[in-house]
Amino acid sequence: MEHHPMEHDPEERGSTPLIRLEDVAKTYRMGDVEVHALRGVTLSIERGEFTAVMGASGSGKSTLMNILGCLDRPTRGRYLLEGKEVSRFSADRLAEVRNRTVGFVFQNFNLLSRTSALENVELPLLYAGVPTAERHRRAIEALARVGLGDRADHHPNQMSGGQQQRVAIARALVNQPQVILADEPTGNLDSRTSTEVMALFQELGRAGITVVLVTHEPDISEYAARIVVTRDGRILSDQRRTPKRAERSPWEPVAVGEVAP
Amino acid sequence: MSWLQTLRVALRALARNKMRSFLTTLGMVIGVCAVIAMVAIGDGAKARVEQAFASMGSNMLIVLPGTTTAGGAMGGFGSQPTLTWDDLKAIQTEVPAVRWAAPALRANAQVLSEDQNWTTSVSGTTPDYFRIRSWALGQGSSIGESDVDGGTKVAVLGQTVVDKLFGPGANPVGQVIRVKNVPFNVVGVLTKKGQSPMGQDYDDGIFIPVSTFQQKIQGGLKNYLAGPMIVSATSAGTTDRAQRQIEALLRDRHRLQPGSDDDFSIRNLSELAAAQQEGTRTLTTLLAAIAAVSLLVGGIGIMNIMLVSVTERTREIGVRMAVGAKAGDIRLQFLVEALSLAVAGGFIGIALGMGLAWRLAASFGWPVLFRPDVIVVAVAFSGVIGVGFGLYPAHKASQLDPIQALRFE
Ligand SMILES: Nc1ncnc2c1ncn2[C@@H]1O[C@H](COP(=O)(O)OP(=O)(O)O)[C@@H](O)[C@H]1O
Ligand SMILES: [Mg+2]
Repeated sequence: MEHHPMEHDPEERGSTPLIRLEDVAKTYRMGDVEVHALRGVTLSIERGEFTAVMGASGSGKSTLMNILGCLDRPTRGRYLLEGKEVSRFSADRLAEVRNRTVGFVFQNFNLLSRTSALENVELPLLYAGVPTAERHRRAIEALARVGLGDRADHHPNQMSGGQQQRVAIARALVNQPQVILADEPTGNLDSRTSTEVMALFQELGRAGITVVLVTHEPDISEYAARIVVTRDGRILSDQRRTPKRAERSPWEPVAVGEVAP
Repeated sequence: MSWLQTLRVALRALARNKMRSFLTTLGMVIGVCAVIAMVAIGDGAKARVEQAFASMGSNMLIVLPGTTTAGGAMGGFGSQPTLTWDDLKAIQTEVPAVRWAAPALRANAQVLSEDQNWTTSVSGTTPDYFRIRSWALGQGSSIGESDVDGGTKVAVLGQTVVDKLFGPGANPVGQVIRVKNVPFNVVGVLTKKGQSPMGQDYDDGIFIPVSTFQQKIQGGLKNYLAGPMIVSATSAGTTDRAQRQIEALLRDRHRLQPGSDDDFSIRNLSELAAAQQEGTRTLTTLLAAIAAVSLLVGGIGIMNIMLVSVTERTREIGVRMAVGAKAGDIRLQFLVEALSLAVAGGFIGIALGMGLAWRLAASFGWPVLFRPDVIVVAVAFSGVIGVGFGLYPAHKASQLDPIQALRFE
């Protein structure tokens, strides 16, 4: 088990971390070739932390995020989310975790095309079995929170990249998750829009939501309070620091409660 | 996710690809339409045959005079009188399985009204004839026993003859017609019966007392019937027995040695009817089989398109899984899509099939028969096809790995 001097140990503080990876490895098999995407990662993330994962391409960032997001299961090691060993969960229980506990944001947005922003945001609630009226209310609320309250009936192809990513963020937070995981959320955005999106993430962080995001842009990582660097499927460094505050976004995020229809 | 939500999601997905959904449904539409139409046609044909045999006479046997040739081929029945009036009486009184028996002497003759003439068949018979054939009178009265005993000159007309001699819709009862220059009083008109299974017009004929027929129309021999007799068994189940009993009786009366050929022949119409019905049943089965195959093809069409759809929408499936859809949710969604396509096709097919059956029945002059059970079966069957052929694509979709699905280009 790897132990980096900079890694902090949550056990010392006596509380259960939101996320705890213990010696997690992921090996892909491609015919006869084994690809070791993760080679033993041990990592704890506390509630409310804002973490950026950095590292060269192919260093295992996405694999790590997919495991954290319960989209994939580790080949070896344990993953505890809210103290529960989700690495042993069935596919259906993992789906529930994805639905209720984590919100995922992708580099390429992954919105349903030819489907309105509102319906895209409603999707997690649909699978959570939330009744129609409440679903609408909460989806509109989430859209308002990302500054798109007036674009509810727009389709993704009628929106800019930044707007699409904000819809995806609204979708990720609509079911009030414990943690939002974002794999290169600004990778397809220009720098101004990236800053807007980072401001949004910082705001969610201030609201108490745990955020883990992957980026390979140093200026993006500056907004995070903790930086985890990966290399060859291992954690190279893990540092905490005072984040830079993203400049105020041009839209006015509406506080929860103001938008009840 | 609730059923209603699943249905909404499925219908929206189908609405997004209207043309494709329509074309996919078309296979089911044609299949169900074919089933409905084919079954209706088969039933119509069957009803038509049954109707025709009902007018031929229920449980009816025809006893014909004459011999068969040594080779077994039919050799000119009726040409050689072998049946006597006493034979007829014996059949009436001595055979337990026989209900009625009547002579059916026939000749073609020109029949004249005051200003029209028409050549038709003239039958000499007794009142039992109409009972055997279950022919009812539309107007007037039938030939009575006293007419047979007294040799009165009365006639009962078929509807075609009435139309030709007196015009359609006329009531000829009380009028006089002439046959071979002999005047006959019209006492009754038979109801319209239509055509025989062989296409002969049952309504084209007149009926007179058998005694009058012998005296005025066709002389013939005193003791022998110059023609066949018709017999009805006590019930449909006793027709075969009646046939055997008549055979035994006639062989005995005609003193035929064991091993020698009959000098008469008996035709069993219920056998003929059964053969005909067997024919229509075979037809119905064949048509139903063709229809079922087209339904199957429709089902395969749905499966094909659903598989394409699953592949095309791999990313969508990935997104849904990423936000919390379980394998069961995805499976149900695609299953409901397939089911919706199939059932929609089923309903359109039923409507078209009923229309088609109606048109065909109208043009063939068949009765239109819509069996609710066939409609229920067609809907249920299209549902089963939808589920059956939707299951594999839906299962395939549900088994996708979320990561792989999200990566899919
Ligand atoms: N599904 C997969 N099958 C095989 N190899 C994979 C798969 N996913 C990732 N890899 C490999 O694992 C390693 C880490 O990939 P990834 O986690 O995507 O890195 P990053 O996101 O840091 O660029 C790479 O070498 C990549 O080729
Ligand atoms: Mg990556």
